[in-house]
Amino acid sequence: MGGRDATMVLLDENGIRCDGRKVDEPRRIMIKAGGLKNADGSAYIEFGDNKILVGVFGPRDVHPKHMSDTDTGILRVRYHMEPFSVGERKNPAPSRREIEISKVIKEALEPAVMLDKFPRTAVDVFIEVLQADGGTRCAALTAASVALADAGIPMRDMVSAIAAGKVADTVILDVNNEEDQAGQADMPIGYMPNLEQITLLQLDGILTPEEYKKCVEVGVNGCKLVYELQKKALNDKYFGNGGD
Amino acid sequence: MDNKRKYVIPGDVVTTGPFRPEQNVFLQGNKIISTTIGISEIYDDSVKVIPLTGKYIPKINDLVIGKVVSHTSLSWELDINSCYVGFLPAQDVFGRDFSAHADELTSKLKSGDLVAARIANFDRTRDPLVTIADRDLGKIDSGDLIKISPSKVPRLIGKRGSMIQMIEMATNAAVTIGQNGWVVVSCETPEGLLKAKKAIEMVNEKAHVANLTDQVKEMLEIKDDES
Repeated sequence: MGGRDATMVLLDENGIRCDGRKVDEPRRIMIKAGGLKNADGSAYIEFGDNKILVGVFGPRDVHPKHMSDTDTGILRVRYHMEPFSVGERKNPAPSRREIEISKVIKEALEPAVMLDKFPRTAVDVFIEVLQADGGTRCAALTAASVALADAGIPMRDMVSAIAAGKVADTVILDVNNEEDQAGQADMPIGYMPNLEQITLLQLDGILTPEEYKKCVEVGVNGCKLVYELQKKALNDKYFGNGGD
Repeated sequence: MDNKRKYVIPGDVVTTGPFRPEQNVFLQGNKIISTTIGISEIYDDSVKVIPLTGKYIPKINDLVIGKVVSHTSLSWELDINSCYVGFLPAQDVFGRDFSAHADELTSKLKSGDLVAARIANFDRTRDPLVTIADRDLGKIDSGDLIKISPSKVPRLIGKRGSMIQMIEMATNAAVTIGQNGWVVVSCETPEGLLKAKKAIEMVNEKAHVANLTDQVKEMLEIKDDES
C-alpha cells in the first residue's frame, strides 16, 4: 500500500496522510448554531480550513408567485463562494459548479425537510462559503441542516455529510483539497443517521465494487461522527450544556 | 404518571410503543421521532414535542393578534406573524347586510390597526380565515405591542395560566396574548406597564430556565420595594 506517490506523498508508509491525519480520521470540525440575528435560523461551520456560514428563512411567501406549489412548500438553496474564499479571486457570479452544488444540496435536504406541512410557501437556504479547502459541499450540507433545525422547520432527521475517497489505493475519510486534486476518487455522502438513509451520493473517480462498498461504509461512519457534532451544536444553543 | 421530559432535536427517538403521535412528532415503524428542537412530553396514550423555535402555524380556534396590512372591497388582510396572511371578510364586521357599495371598510379598520382575532378556519389550501365576531375580540385601541417568539407563548402563559396571572396581579396590567407571539399589554400606570413588559421580555429570553416563575416573581417584587 502507499505505492503511488509521484510528486506529493499523499500517504506515507506509516499510513499518515499529507496533513498528518490517519486514514479514517476527519479534519477538525466545529459547528455553531445560530449567530445571525436577522435570519430565522443560522449556523456556522469550520470543517478543517473550510469556513461556511448558512442562513435560513421561512417558511415564507413565495416570490415570484408562479413558483409556489399548492400541494407543498418549496425548498430553495443558494450555494455561493465568496470572491476571497479561494487563492485566486473567484468571480462572484454563480458559476456552473455553484449552480450544480446548489441543486445537489437542495436534493439532499428535501427528503429530510417536511415541506408538505407548509403548502404555498418557500424555505430559503443561503450558503456562503467564506473559505474553501475541499469538501465544501459536505460541510455546507451539514451546516444547512443545523440551520434548518435552528429555524424550527420540521425535519424527519438531521442530514450529516462527509466525503470518503481513494488516495494511493487506500480508502480514506474526509478528502481535503490536495487529496481531491491528486487523489484517485472522491465520494461525498449525505446521510440521515437515525433513519439510516443516504440522501447524497456522488462519485468522482474510479473504484472497484469492493472499494465502492468500503467507501460508502467509511463515509457513513464519518457521517455519524459529524452527527454527534451537529447534535452538540444544537444542544449547546438550546439546552445550555445540560442537554443530554 | 410522570411524563418523562426530554430535550430532543429532529430525528431523535422520543419513545417506542403504542402511543398516539401528536404535535411535532411522527411515527416511523414503531418509533416516535421528533421533528423539531424541543422538549418531549409523554402522556398516558400520546406523545408530543413542545417546540423551542419556529414560526407560527395557524390552528383553528387560536386567539391571535393581527395587524391590518391592506384591504380589498370585501375583506381585510391581517399580518398574523405567520407565513400566511389572515383573511378577515367584511361580513364579519358589518353583518349579513354588508354591501360593497354602501359600506366603507376603512371606517371600521384601517391599515396599521391592531386586532384581537380568532382563527375560524384553516385547512392549508387557503389562507386562514379569521373572525373578530366574538366577546373579547375586535380592534385593540390601547396598549403596547410586544413581539415574542411564538414557541415561547406556552411558557408565558404558564401552567393553567400561572405565569401570566402572576404578572398581571403584580403589575395591575391587562395582557392579551396571541398564540402567534404578539402580546398587547395595557396598564393604567406607566410603571406597571414597564414592569409587565420587562417581565414578558424576561420570559421570552429565559424560556428554557427551570424555575423561571420564581425568577420573574423575584424581579417583580424587587421592583415593588424600590418604587
